[in-house]
Amino acid sequence: MDRRTVLKGLAGAGGLALTGVSAPAIAQGASARTLRFVPQANLANFDPIWGTQYVVRNAAALVWDTLYGIDAQLQPQRQMVESEETSDDGKIWTFKLRPGLKFHDGEPVLAKDVVASLSRWAARDPMGLMIIAIQQELTAVDDRTFKWVLKQPFPKMLYALAKNNAPCSFIMPERIAKTDPFKQITEYVGSGPMKFAKSEWVPGAKSVFEKFTDYVPRQEKASWLAGGKQIMVDRVEWIVMPDPATAAAALQNGEVDWWENPIADLVPVLKKNKNISVDIGDPLGNIGSFRMNHLFAPFNDVRARRAVLMALSQEDYMRAIVGDDDALWKSLPGFFTPDTPVYNEMGGEILKGKRDFDAAKKLLAESGYSGQPVTCLVAQDQPITKAQGDVTADLLKKLGMNVDFVATDWGTVGSRRAAKTPPGQGGWNMFHSWHAGADCITPAAYTAIRANGDKAWFGWPNSPNTEKEITSWFDAKSVEEEKAAIGRVNKAAIDDVVYAPTGFFLTYTAWRKNVSGITKGPLPFFWGVSKSA
Amino acid sequence: MLSYILRRIVATLPVMAIVALFVFSLLYIAPGDPAVVIAGDQASPEDVERIRQSLGLDRPFLIQFGSWVWRILHGDLGTSIFTNLPVSAMIGQRLGPTLSLMIVTLLLTIVVAVPLGVVAAWKAGSLIDRIIMGFAVFGFSLPVFVVGYMLAYIFALELEWLPVQGYTPLTQGFWPWLENLILPSIALGCVYIALVARITRAAMLEVLQQDYIRTAKAKGLGQGGILFIHALKNAAVPIVTVIGIGIALLIGGAVVTESVFAIPGLGRLTIDAILRRDYPVIQGIVLLFSFVYVLVNLMIDVIYTLVDPRIRY
Repeated sequence: MDRRTVLKGLAGAGGLALTGVSAPAIAQGASARTLRFVPQANLANFDPIWGTQYVVRNAAALVWDTLYGIDAQLQPQRQMVESEETSDDGKIWTFKLRPGLKFHDGEPVLAKDVVASLSRWAARDPMGLMIIAIQQELTAVDDRTFKWVLKQPFPKMLYALAKNNAPCSFIMPERIAKTDPFKQITEYVGSGPMKFAKSEWVPGAKSVFEKFTDYVPRQEKASWLAGGKQIMVDRVEWIVMPDPATAAAALQNGEVDWWENPIADLVPVLKKNKNISVDIGDPLGNIGSFRMNHLFAPFNDVRARRAVLMALSQEDYMRAIVGDDDALWKSLPGFFTPDTPVYNEMGGEILKGKRDFDAAKKLLAESGYSGQPVTCLVAQDQPITKAQGDVTADLLKKLGMNVDFVATDWGTVGSRRAAKTPPGQGGWNMFHSWHAGADCITPAAYTAIRANGDKAWFGWPNSPNTEKEITSWFDAKSVEEEKAAIGRVNKAAIDDVVYAPTGFFLTYTAWRKNVSGITKGPLPFFWGVSKSA
Repeated sequence: MLSYILRRIVATLPVMAIVALFVFSLLYIAPGDPAVVIAGDQASPEDVERIRQSLGLDRPFLIQFGSWVWRILHGDLGTSIFTNLPVSAMIGQRLGPTLSLMIVTLLLTIVVAVPLGVVAAWKAGSLIDRIIMGFAVFGFSLPVFVVGYMLAYIFALELEWLPVQGYTPLTQGFWPWLENLILPSIALGCVYIALVARITRAAMLEVLQQDYIRTAKAKGLGQGGILFIHALKNAAVPIVTVIGIGIALLIGGAVVTESVFAIPGLGRLTIDAILRRDYPVIQGIVLLFSFVYVLVNLMIDVIYTLVDPRIRY
């Protein structure tokens, strides 16, 4: 073998490698019929029941439809359902599907598909689990009618079926919906307004959705997940961009049309560009939080938890997260999303006014704290948790606490926070997170507010008063009753410091001016969005 | 030669086995749990446990390792925990962009760095030499992402000559493929160009002192012929070595470059998989990278015999 032969061989191999590996197109020619969107995160899986990440829910809303949809007034509206009836005792719900509903494979949507889908959803959803706990039977009566028989009334049934909190009760064909809810589906067939182009899916890079021409939208005007979901483009491409600076440049350059979550630092640059519109994306925003471990000292004593709350400055947290843009944050003396129908600040005084470090230190001393390390988990790969963690470390030090600052990544926090061992043996005292405001409007999907001890979210708060008032919200029959119950939940949760709310913050969304129809909401809605050349 | 290549390929097998065991053990003891990431923030510990069971992550280490090795021996890299897609398919999707980026960077480096190094050696001590070496130090010092941002700002945003991000396969045309790779390749190649230019200069300086170069000059050969035919050929062994070693640099640099330019390559797949603890994907990629590295070393050894016929195996 001489050198020429080897070099020719190498060149040939290189050429083959380049042409033979035909990955799907990543940068295709832009056209007015294709909307290019930069999502908040990578669509790493596409089973909205198995994986409950927001990005999965957002993509799933394109592909799968729901029986009811929540509208901008936070009211459940009929979506796939034509009509419903409730028995006088409130225990039997009978639903009838709209005629003409079809799955993407051309098969009609039948009641048996709904029964299987609801069964799978209910096994994973907190509200679904509550329904299962009182369920007598869920059956298909005929092709378009199904019946849910309960042992006791469940007034929030329509809300449960309409809510936008993950997991949503998406309707799938029976053969798919029969998959174990703890295993991932492998077919992505829905009856929503767009089809998922599985062959073009490059997880971590690109997901493509194509208009479903047989979709029959409702006649009402679209409002969030409710109403007529009219798709105005042929194709929506989700292009994942891990680097915000690249996403900003691509939007300015016209390589993408809509960026879901521009970071606050880059918004001034985008606002200066005459071809770009910037506005608040989700008016329901987010609630920053850190959770204290109620199982171990010092935070097993409510006085220690209250001491932290007394000294906590929400302004410090919010400025650390959103910077100097005052339009993006507000103080939150409680746990529920502001500017929503049942919002209430009852009991929130401890979070208002000037911070009283002297009183906080005194209360901390009364709790018996004597300088033991406080293990504070802070995920550095999430800007929101990192910013909050830095403020918390400073706060605890000012209170005279001995901070064991564990700088790590979100994957490790996610795993370690589940440990119920003492902080010195792999456990923890605090970790940081945040909650979508859409999840915190009521206790319905608000896992973080639950305070049922061992069964509660990480930190395992045990507050019988909070739980009692949450139950009273579920039983409430009017908005007035709900609002009163929410006030009592707020007070009880603050009294026992279920967790520490660090404030309410909003984020922007940005799009090119040749795109129209973008609406504010808890997820990006693609119906009604059009693009000119 | 052929038997040498075969022996070397066979010798990679124990290396790969050790790498596999090392990576698997490292991931097993590393903190983090993919089931937690899958279950989402609102999941109960029971939900997380059921997902862990369904993924087989609750099984003992040796059983997990054994079944993974068994699958590997059958040519199956497994299935991604998150996407439910075969790892080989995911790697296949990402191989083209990374390979393209590395090849264009490699060509750019050779075309730019070798002549620069040769000229710097030829003009050693002069202003040209200092300028070239100054650029080399500059290129070596600048982080890839800084160069990337600067290039994107100038050539994509300001001049609008090239796209900011993305990748187009070669099957869709040569220019669409190349235009997406120019900026990333320059960004990734900066360090590499600096390194190769410096080594080329050092190797050439040594060769240019040799008697046969003086003889060539005395015979009246032109400067170009002396430098690029006689001197460069004899200085090639260390240059080829550095180019080969640099491929490891490229693999590392590709992770950052692919993120900055949103190229859907193996680098980004690696980062995503690590952050999510997608064990089968991490293991598949590390195996692939280690195989590539071993293969590159083998290729360098073969190329030695081509550039220097005195070397025999």
